Amino acid sequence: MPDLLIELFSEEIPARMQARAREDLKRLITDGLVEAGLTYASAGAFSTPRRLVLTVEGLSANSPTTREERKGPRLDAPEKALEGFLRSAGVTKDQLEARDDKKGQVWFATITHPGRPAARIVAEVLERVIRDFPWPKSMRWGAGTLRWVRPLHSILCILTDESGASVVPLTVDGVTAGDRTRGHRFMAPDAFAVTGFEDYAARLRRARVMLDPAEREAAIRQEAESLAFARGWQIVPDDGLLSEVAGLVEWPVPLMGVIEARFLDLPPEVLQTSMKEHQKFFSARNPKTGRIEGFVTVANIETPDHGETILAGNQRVLAARLSDAAFFWENDLREAKSGMAAWAEGLRAVTFHNKLGSQADRIERIAALAREIAPLVGADADQAERAARLAKLDLRSSMVGEFPELQGIMGRYYALAAGESDAVADAARDHYSPLGPSDEVPTAPVSVAVALADKLDTLTGFWAIDEKPTGSKDPFALRRAALGVIRLVIENNSRIALLDHFSRGSVLAARSALGIAAQASSTIRDIYAKLAGVPASDLLRKEIVTALLKDGKNGDKEPESFYVALAEPEIFAANLLAFLHDRLKVHLRDQGIRHDIIDAVLAQPGNDDLVLVVSRATALNAMLQTEDGKNLTQGLKRAGNILAQAEEKDGVEYSFGADPKFADTDQERALFAALDTAEPRIRQAIADEDFPAAMTAIAALRAPIDAFFEAVQVNTDHQITRRNRLNLLSRIRDAGRQLADFTRIEG
Amino acid sequence: MTSPNRPRSFQEIILRLQTYWAAQGCAVLQPYDMEVGAGTFHPATTLRALGARPWAAAYVQPSRRPTDGRYGENPNRLQHYYQYQVIIKPSPPDLQDLYLGSLKAIGLDPMVHDVRFVEDDWESPTLGAWGLGWEVWCDGMEVSQFTYFQQVGGHDCKPVSGELTYGLERLAMYVLGAGHVMDMPFNDPGAAIPLSYGDIFRQTEQEYSRWNFEQADTETLFRHFKDAEAECARILAAPETDAAGRRIPMAHPAYDQCIKASHIFNLLDARGVISVTERQAYIGRVRALAKACADLFVTTDAAQVPT
Repeated sequence: MPDLLIELFSEEIPARMQARAREDLKRLITDGLVEAGLTYASAGAFSTPRRLVLTVEGLSANSPTTREERKGPRLDAPEKALEGFLRSAGVTKDQLEARDDKKGQVWFATITHPGRPAARIVAEVLERVIRDFPWPKSMRWGAGTLRWVRPLHSILCILTDESGASVVPLTVDGVTAGDRTRGHRFMAPDAFAVTGFEDYAARLRRARVMLDPAEREAAIRQEAESLAFARGWQIVPDDGLLSEVAGLVEWPVPLMGVIEARFLDLPPEVLQTSMKEHQKFFSARNPKTGRIEGFVTVANIETPDHGETILAGNQRVLAARLSDAAFFWENDLREAKSGMAAWAEGLRAVTFHNKLGSQADRIERIAALAREIAPLVGADADQAERAARLAKLDLRSSMVGEFPELQGIMGRYYALAAGESDAVADAARDHYSPLGPSDEVPTAPVSVAVALADKLDTLTGFWAIDEKPTGSKDPFALRRAALGVIRLVIENNSRIALLDHFSRGSVLAARSALGIAAQASSTIRDIYAKLAGVPASDLLRKEIVTALLKDGKNGDKEPESFYVALAEPEIFAANLLAFLHDRLKVHLRDQGIRHDIIDAVLAQPGNDDLVLVVSRATALNAMLQTEDGKNLTQGLKRAGNILAQAEEKDGVEYSFGADPKFADTDQERALFAALDTAEPRIRQAIADEDFPAAMTAIAALRAPIDAFFEAVQVNTDHQITRRNRLNLLSRIRDAGRQLADFTRIEG
Repeated sequence: MTSPNRPRSFQEIILRLQTYWAAQGCAVLQPYDMEVGAGTFHPATTLRALGARPWAAAYVQPSRRPTDGRYGENPNRLQHYYQYQVIIKPSPPDLQDLYLGSLKAIGLDPMVHDVRFVEDDWESPTLGAWGLGWEVWCDGMEVSQFTYFQQVGGHDCKPVSGELTYGLERLAMYVLGAGHVMDMPFNDPGAAIPLSYGDIFRQTEQEYSRWNFEQADTETLFRHFKDAEAECARILAAPETDAAGRRIPMAHPAYDQCIKASHIFNLLDARGVISVTERQAYIGRVRALAKACADLFVTTDAAQVPT
């Protein structure tokens, strides 16, 4: 059983592509080998910046010989037919066998496909894999036509068994496979031959190449931590950076440096981001001061001066970078202290979306929404509006221009420098949150108000200009914004009737859009002026929009969707709420609540209050886990079905007047009694929004309902009794409807 | 910098690079006589990267980025600076080694320093060009851009050119240990009249910064942009044969107008009169010119393998 070793040696492979390339190489080669009939015991893939490596152990030496029987023409078939068969089967006539068949004697051929040596198969598979390798980006070089991530210099491909190693004969676009490789670019550049994977890894190590990326990561982590430990510092963990740095070196040599005292007053986020983004340095924190005071850079070489020159160079580069950062910071602070008016003015020139206007327009809308939401989340309206007006100003700061990922974080610093309260400054930092399903949700009231307003504006704005997500396309991240609203509301237990705010947001966004459109059309300009001059009374708005719609139609084009958003924001709000409900289903499904349970409670009034929806759904879900709950659902459905049929047949709605005096049986009387007890309890529990109690109260009806259906036939010939029983069923239906639409529960 | 081989001045670094690349067989060209944003704009790179004819050139290119002006005060930023550019077609298999040799030639010994090739894909939206390669780091500082051209002016590069771009000031400051670009010795510090970079460029940085940011007449610039665009189109539309019946397509004169439009756009950008949305449109207009010039160039002799 030979072992296979492949090394594809190239110029530097981007660090971010290496992990995926390792997996692809392993999968594609082993799949190809197996497909061709070989088996193997195990396989492992490795990479360094300059090589992609695969080792396959216990490979079969040959693919198995296979036999195939093929049925030919009848013995009495024309000569031509037999000739054709011999040709296609690749056999001669004396190798054929005559056998009895249903229709007489027929020729049979047995074709043998001899097994093929592993080397032949490996060569074919490897060439194909190299030519079709799924690099995220690949290139040509020189005068060749081959594509690889960067120029491919050599291929090492050997099969090793007891008798030794042999090169797999293979040439791809002028590169011929061999058994040689090279060590570290500078420390051991000479070529050498290897005889197998262990020999390869050992010789590479002597040639200053650590083949396994996991080992390089561990070595970096360990050495960085011990360098930091020696100074009483701690490395700020960063797995993404660690794996990137491990993909940039073949022989990691961590070196520790100290940040000059003049930079230590920069915000820690700035130090960390600048060092990481520009220099790929790890940050070292001094736990005594809480500040970031040092860094670890990882060199790719051992030098006679033990890295002294390298570290000195890195220090100088860092000093230049941090001087820039300090320059930005000081300039920004000056602007912040003077009130940030220039930034606010600057945002007028930054387009948010060409139909929705500038960032400044957007801030106006968010401020208006934040003001309205504030009292609902326990925030001061003035503070919320103030925070909304400040939250995005840092987009114009030099620091965020340099490091966009610091948006919000710098906003907080600048708001504090401007003398704003902590609540306002924190809102500037937190209003983008949550950005994903696991991101932390703000809880401070002002932050919640602005964060909600920000997302409501995004949703209503893009809805108003008809830029909704479709399929996998969601260029404006509206699903993320919707999930943000859901999590903000639910996790803060904020009672907000979202429809009102969706409508409000739609009108605000539509006005912005109209304002933009007014720049290009004098008709719209007149209308816009009329609208802007007067507080938007609904009548006026509708009148204006009717005119706009007419104008749009006259122009032989579809009216803009924001005209409609302006005229009938309720439609947009309802539509948007449906989108939010879809996202809510996805969100709750992850928490173990089925979609049909959510559908059942969404049919209830107040379904734009997501806190209410979730507490109803949670209580219903809990009840449906119980035996009573499951049976009750059946009882409610049965009652509903009987009623629906009777109502359809009789053309009336049975809804009132059930009277115990017409009850014939004990079971009927028991059901009357049970309803008399349960109904007020359910009403009270719902009024108290105590849904578990409401569910308990209705679950108590299970036994009487079951007993009723067991003993009583609803549709009797006695009309008074029948009507009375139907009216009794309607009390059951009503009791259920107060809690959920049980007809939607599946099963 | 412990190397005894260390250059003493900015110009010595340039001279050593010239000598080195001349020894590698490059034609040492002179700067292009127009305002450009980077060495890539020199027709010796942009146009010569097109077509099948082998090519090897190296040159210094003064480059202007009006928005980077800082009145000579910033230690690292200039609105006028120098790039050293090497272009070889087809890219030789040992281009990385050749490049490392050039670092050695200017005193950066890779056995003492930490030289790394870090992914950096290059794209020039105005030239309709892109390539893959790296930024080269020396001790954590980017000292060069290393690119294998894949497309220029919308044309696939066949064969592929290898392009090296050295940011000379930054590289020299590192080699010479200067903290501020203006303090860097331009000629030999022991010369009878020693001149620092600042002696030569501090005043011009101030003057151009003022002009770029405050004074450049935007109306004139807008007009010049349109003129360049129109002239480029006119040149390209001219019949390929002259009055005497000779085929002389004018790819280079047309491309000059493209360069001009590109630089005027940069000036307008520095004046802050181009909005974010317009920006894309202007870049698209310059790219359209670059593509049209490339389309014409590939039909000319300079793009063909000599017979």
